[in-house]
Amino acid sequence: MPTSLRKQLREPPNLADWAAARASFSWDDARRHLDGLPDGRGLNLAWEAVGRHAGSTAASRVALRWLGKRGDRRDLTYAELWRSVGRFANVLGHLGVQPGERVYTLLGRVPELYVSALGALAARAVYCPLFSAFGPEPTRQRLALGDARVLVTTPALYERKVAPYRDSLPGLRHVLLVGGDAPQRTLSWDSTMTAASDRFVVPPTQPEDFALLHFTSGTTGAPKGAMHVHDAAVMHHTTGRLVLDLRPGDVYWCTADPGWVTGTSYGILAPLTNGVTTIVDEGDLDVERWYDLLQRERVNVWYTAPTAIRMLMRSGAEPVRARDLGALRFLASVGEPLNPEAVVWSQEAFGMPFHDNWWQTETGGILIANYASMDVRPGSMGRPLPGVEAGIVRRTEAGVEVVTAPGERGELAIRAGWPSMFRGYLGQAERYAQCFADGWYLSGDLATRDADGYFWFVGRADDVIKSAGHLIGPFEVESALLEHPAVVEAGVIGKPDPLALEIVKAFVALRPGFEPSDDLARELVGFARKRLGPAVAPREIAFLPELPRTRSGKILRRLLKARELGLPEGDTSTLETGAG
Amino acid sequence: MTREALRAAIDAALRSVAPESDPARLADDADLRETLDLDSMDFLSFVVALHRATGVDIPERDYARLATLEGAVQYLGPRVPSG
Repeated sequence: MPTSLRKQLREPPNLADWAAARASFSWDDARRHLDGLPDGRGLNLAWEAVGRHAGSTAASRVALRWLGKRGDRRDLTYAELWRSVGRFANVLGHLGVQPGERVYTLLGRVPELYVSALGALAARAVYCPLFSAFGPEPTRQRLALGDARVLVTTPALYERKVAPYRDSLPGLRHVLLVGGDAPQRTLSWDSTMTAASDRFVVPPTQPEDFALLHFTSGTTGAPKGAMHVHDAAVMHHTTGRLVLDLRPGDVYWCTADPGWVTGTSYGILAPLTNGVTTIVDEGDLDVERWYDLLQRERVNVWYTAPTAIRMLMRSGAEPVRARDLGALRFLASVGEPLNPEAVVWSQEAFGMPFHDNWWQTETGGILIANYASMDVRPGSMGRPLPGVEAGIVRRTEAGVEVVTAPGERGELAIRAGWPSMFRGYLGQAERYAQCFADGWYLSGDLATRDADGYFWFVGRADDVIKSAGHLIGPFEVESALLEHPAVVEAGVIGKPDPLALEIVKAFVALRPGFEPSDDLARELVGFARKRLGPAVAPREIAFLPELPRTRSGKILRRLLKARELGLPEGDTSTLETGAG
Repeated sequence: MTREALRAAIDAALRSVAPESDPARLADDADLRETLDLDSMDFLSFVVALHRATGVDIPERDYARLATLEGAVQYLGPRVPSG
C-alpha cells in the first residue's frame, strides 16, 4: 500500500497551496465571497444559495438537474428555482408560519424537497430534513422533539409513517402532500403552490438567526437536534470552494440523501452558493446507472460515501474504463473513514483518488480534508481547513490536555468558533455544554495526528454506531426491541462490516416462556424494521441468557463488542481499533 | 425450476431480508425497494440470498433487472442451472 499518492493536476485548484492559504486565511475574507442581503438587511442562506444568482448573469444557468427514477428529467435554472422558492416562502407566510418555527420534509430526492428547504430558509423558518427511510418511530420522535409546524411529504409516506400518530402532535399544523390527492387534514402541494405568488422579498435576517435543525444520535437518550444558523453559509461556500474545488458552471453530484446533514450542506447549500449545476438523482445506488450518469452529465466534481465506493469496487475498474469520464476533475468521500484500499483502487480505476474528509452533524461543514493540491495519504482524513484549528486532546477532571506527540491517540477536538459550528442542541443546553471544554469542541471521535499534521480516524469514544455513513444511537434501537413482548433486555453494538464499516447487531435476553429460534430472530428484525426503518433497525440478532451490566445497571455494550470481536474481555480499551 | 418454485425462492429471499414484508401481497410490477422499504444494503443481501437459493450468478450490472418480482422471475428463469 503506498503511503502517499502523487497526483497530476490539469489546472491549479482553488486551494493551490494549503500552507500558504492557512497562513493568510481569515473568516472575514471568506465572508466577502458572499453578497449579503440587499440594502444591508443581513445574511440569509437561501439568498446566498439562489437569490443572488437569480439576479445575475447566472440566472439562466441550470441550478438543479433532477433525474427521476423512471428516466424522466427536469432542469431548474437559478431564476426558475428562485421563483419556486419564493412561492413556497409565500405559502409559509399564508399558513402563518413564524420566523424560527420548524418546517420539515420527509421526502425522497425530488425537486420539491429542495424548494421546501430553500423556501423555509428564505422565509426565516427553520428547515429540518427527515430521512425517508426512517420508520414511523424515529420520524415521530424527531417531529415531536423539534416541534414541527409544517411537514412536506408524500401521500404514501404520510399514510405509513405519520398519520397513525398525527393526533399526538398538536404543534404540527400543516401537512403538505406532494403528488396525488390530499386527504383530510392535509393540503395539496401543487394547488397550494399554484395559488401563491412567486414574488418574494427576503426579510432582514441576522447571521445568528436559527436556520437548520439536524438530528443526530448519541449513546443514550433521545436524538439530539443540532441547531445551525444562517452564518453557516460562510462555511458551506468556503468548503465548497476550497475542499470540493467547485467553480461556477461546474456540474456537481453529491450522492448523499438530503435526509442527513451531508445531503443538505453539500447536496443543497454549498453547490448552489458556488453557482454550480447540482445533480439530483432520485434513484438508488446502481453501479451501471451511476457510471452512465457520470459520463452523460459530464460530472466535474463527485462527492460520495465509502459504503457506495466499496460497492462500486465489487464491480472492478472495467465499467469505469469502458466509459468516457473525462469531465471528472475531483472525487471526494465522507461518512466514515475511507479505507486505504478504496483510495488506491480509485486512483487505478478513475486515474485520480477519492479525497476523504471529516466533519459531523455538529460541525455543519467539512473541517479536515484531503485537498486537490495535496498528496493523498490513503486512510487519512487529511489536514484542517484554513481557518480551523484541530487538535488531539485527553479529557481531564479540570478540562482537557492537548496531546502533541505524533501518533498518540486521543479525542479529535476543534477550536470553537468556526461559522457553521452548531449553536445548541434544541432544548438540551446541558448536553450542548458537555461538548466543549477549555475552548475546544470535543468530537467524540478518537484519532491520531502524524508528524506532518495529517489526522487519522481510530474509532468512536462512545457506543454510537457508524453504519453506511449514518450515526445510529444504540439506545434508540434497544428501546424499539424492548417493546416486543419476548424481549426483556437488549444491547446493541456496531459489528464490523466490510461494506458499511459497521452493521447494527442486537443482543437480546428473552422473557421466561420464550425460546431462542431463527423464527423469533427474524420476527424481531421485522418488528424493529417496521418501527425504525431499514437504516436504523438491526441486521443481526443474537440471543443471550442475560446481558452483561455494570454495578449501576448499565448494559455493557463494550463487553458485548469485545466478545463479538473475539477480544479479551478485560481489555476493552483496544475496542476502537476494531471499528477503524 | 418452475415459475412457482422460483417465485417461492424470491419470496423467501425477500423475507430473509425484510421479515416484516408479505411478498405474496406484492404486485408483480411493484418496485421492490420502494414498496418494501429496502435500502442498498438490504438489496445486496436480497441478491446474495437469491444466488444461494438458485445458484444463479448475478453480476452487479444486472441488479436493476431484479427491481420487481416479475423482473426477477424473468431474469432468473432461463439462468437457473438444471438438474
